[in-house]
Amino acid sequence: MAVFSGLSEKLQAITDRIRGKGRITERDLKDMMREIRLALLEADVHYQVVKDLTKEISEQAEGKEIIKSITPGQQIVKIVNDALTEILGGSESKLAVNPRGFTVYMLYGLQGAGKTTTAAKLAYLLKEQGKKPILTSVDVHRPAAADQLQILAESIDVPCYIDKAEKRADLIATEALARGKYLLCDTLIVDTAGRTTIDQEMMAELKAIALAVNPDEKLLIVDAMIGQEAVNVALEFDKYIGLDGFIMTKLDGDARGGAALSIRRMTGKPIKLVGMGEKIDQLEVFHPERMASRILGMGDVVTLVEKAARQIDEAKAQKTLERLQKNQFTLQDMLEQFEQVKNLGSMQDMMAMFPGGAGKLKGAEVDEKEFDRLAAIIRSMTMRERNNPKILNASRRKRIASGSGTSIQEVNRLIKQYEQTQKLMKQFSGMSKGGKRGMLSRFGLGF
Amino acid sequence: MSLLNKFKDGLSKTRQFVTESFNRVAASFGIFDEDFLDELEMILIQADCGIEVSTKLVESIRDKIRADGKVDREHVLSTLRQDMLDILQTKAFTPDFSSLNVVFMVGVNGTGKTTTAGKIAYQFQKQGIKTMLAAADTFRAAAIDQLKIWGERANVPVISNTLGTDPASVVYDAMQSAKARDVKLLIIDTAGRLHNKPNLMSEMEKMHRVAAREGQEVSAIIQNLLVLDATTGQNAVVQARAFNESVALDGLIITKLDGSAKGGVALAVADEMSLPLLYAGLGEGIDDLADFDAELFVESLLPEE
Repeated sequence: MAVFSGLSEKLQAITDRIRGKGRITERDLKDMMREIRLALLEADVHYQVVKDLTKEISEQAEGKEIIKSITPGQQIVKIVNDALTEILGGSESKLAVNPRGFTVYMLYGLQGAGKTTTAAKLAYLLKEQGKKPILTSVDVHRPAAADQLQILAESIDVPCYIDKAEKRADLIATEALARGKYLLCDTLIVDTAGRTTIDQEMMAELKAIALAVNPDEKLLIVDAMIGQEAVNVALEFDKYIGLDGFIMTKLDGDARGGAALSIRRMTGKPIKLVGMGEKIDQLEVFHPERMASRILGMGDVVTLVEKAARQIDEAKAQKTLERLQKNQFTLQDMLEQFEQVKNLGSMQDMMAMFPGGAGKLKGAEVDEKEFDRLAAIIRSMTMRERNNPKILNASRRKRIASGSGTSIQEVNRLIKQYEQTQKLMKQFSGMSKGGKRGMLSRFGLGF
Repeated sequence: MSLLNKFKDGLSKTRQFVTESFNRVAASFGIFDEDFLDELEMILIQADCGIEVSTKLVESIRDKIRADGKVDREHVLSTLRQDMLDILQTKAFTPDFSSLNVVFMVGVNGTGKTTTAGKIAYQFQKQGIKTMLAAADTFRAAAIDQLKIWGERANVPVISNTLGTDPASVVYDAMQSAKARDVKLLIIDTAGRLHNKPNLMSEMEKMHRVAAREGQEVSAIIQNLLVLDATTGQNAVVQARAFNESVALDGLIITKLDGSAKGGVALAVADEMSLPLLYAGLGEGIDDLADFDAELFVESLLPEE
């Protein structure tokens, strides 16, 4: 989740520099505004937004007599953070639901923004929430677009209406609406063909589709990597078709995502959902306040904790904890832990969510495969070996190395890691039993 | 509409924007002084040229003004024009067909790799070059069907397997088939991958290795073409850098230049990478692919002198 990390690195560098100083001069402030301006522009934030934002920030900074303040760096960070959060929309915005029981969402956008994938992800999300969605593809232009949606729909077991013989998109949409009601679905998701705003014919087609199905939400799908044109695209679509909100895709890339800031600010319409990966369940609710923190490299611990809560099997975790405390931690437990950590997502994603993580991560490549290798080693052991690692003699270790496709050195390293963990656990359990004494005595401070 | 016009038409909005801003600024400042140059830099940034290129271009104008003292509109424009042309290195894609040419289409998701693969196949098939397509995007649903439709349109055979198979195995099959049928141009359509996903990047490297190994006996020439979406912002530069590190790139293709793109990103990438721009994608039709014409591109971007 490297979103905005480039930007947060930059702003962090600036604030770090200022943090070191007790006082900042007017000149420092000017330098900082320039750096903020460049960082935002480089992040593809729309020029007008950059101009407004830096003006607001510097006015606020001056107004608060920041120059005389004792902690100017922190104050600036707070001002920038507040400004970004405000632009991004305060709090999250939910998708509208039609009170009469049948809701229609229409997705549209430029070519290659990820409409079809997003349509399927949205259907999956709604299905998980207990809704009964139906999908339809009215893309009569791109070859195999309808097939793509149908394959995705089948994979998530959601009905999908397509008509490859029909060339009029609005007629397909009308039919899909009827089909959805007949099948007692409650939500229709219309996936449209990609288009450019300057293509009048395509815009007319989109208008006709909107007229045919009367959507409750007209959602523009925006690629997070889009450049300065983002705002114009959004404004033009709004003018011709109408626009209720955005879904940002490919936010799992390293694009700085300035478009998110810009379109929010310039159209006043909310970002509703964000695409965070290629998998079908990687469409998430957009949290503006968390995103702003992330821009500033303040981390996104809330998301991390939520993720952990969702993924970690609580019963298993409890069991492991108990075993840890009783000092019965075995290699089998270690294996289970590896698996749980892996469930949380890639290490890079997680690191990016830690405060300051974005900056620290650079250069320090996290080897995702390391976990797989370690797990393979443990899996090549018998249950007896896992529960009682003491019996691991040279010949056993050799067998395990060849069984797991690793080397004896790697097996040895794993066992050493295990022993260290165990040692650490002993200290912890000692600590909890004997208060602080155990730990302090280690440092020669005990009584 | 001719491709030439499409090119101009696609960038007409950018041009209009640049021209208007340029004239407005020129009118309000009268002469081309420091403030004007600052404004000009902002105009270039707004056309997606990126900070580095924009600063460089403006710096050059500043030097020129200092050197010869000429501050009129014509001189500023011609300096800008020349500098842009110096950045944009182009090359026609003319492979040596004495042996098998293998071309990988690579890039992030949704840039138009499949469409471009179809268009290039059509162009060469039309010239009588024995061409073949390989559907190595086994991840995206219906990507294989999409390429097959392009294969039919271009009258070019498509080597494929089912969704979810190892793309490297598709490359292997395609290499065997290309060798057996004495194909001269094999175009491999790969899955879109974000450049910050190490596992996806190594998947691409594996495909490349398989092609190199299987092509050795016929001394196949392997090329990697990066497909970039012209609507992309400065992340395009990051993409180009990352893909080039993973598999050495031989050229760039800029797609969707007919649409909403500002287009300046072509300058940003070309400047950073010193890679030739081979093609410009100009629409959804099979003919909508043109050799990248730097003169025309700059002409479409800047106001008339």
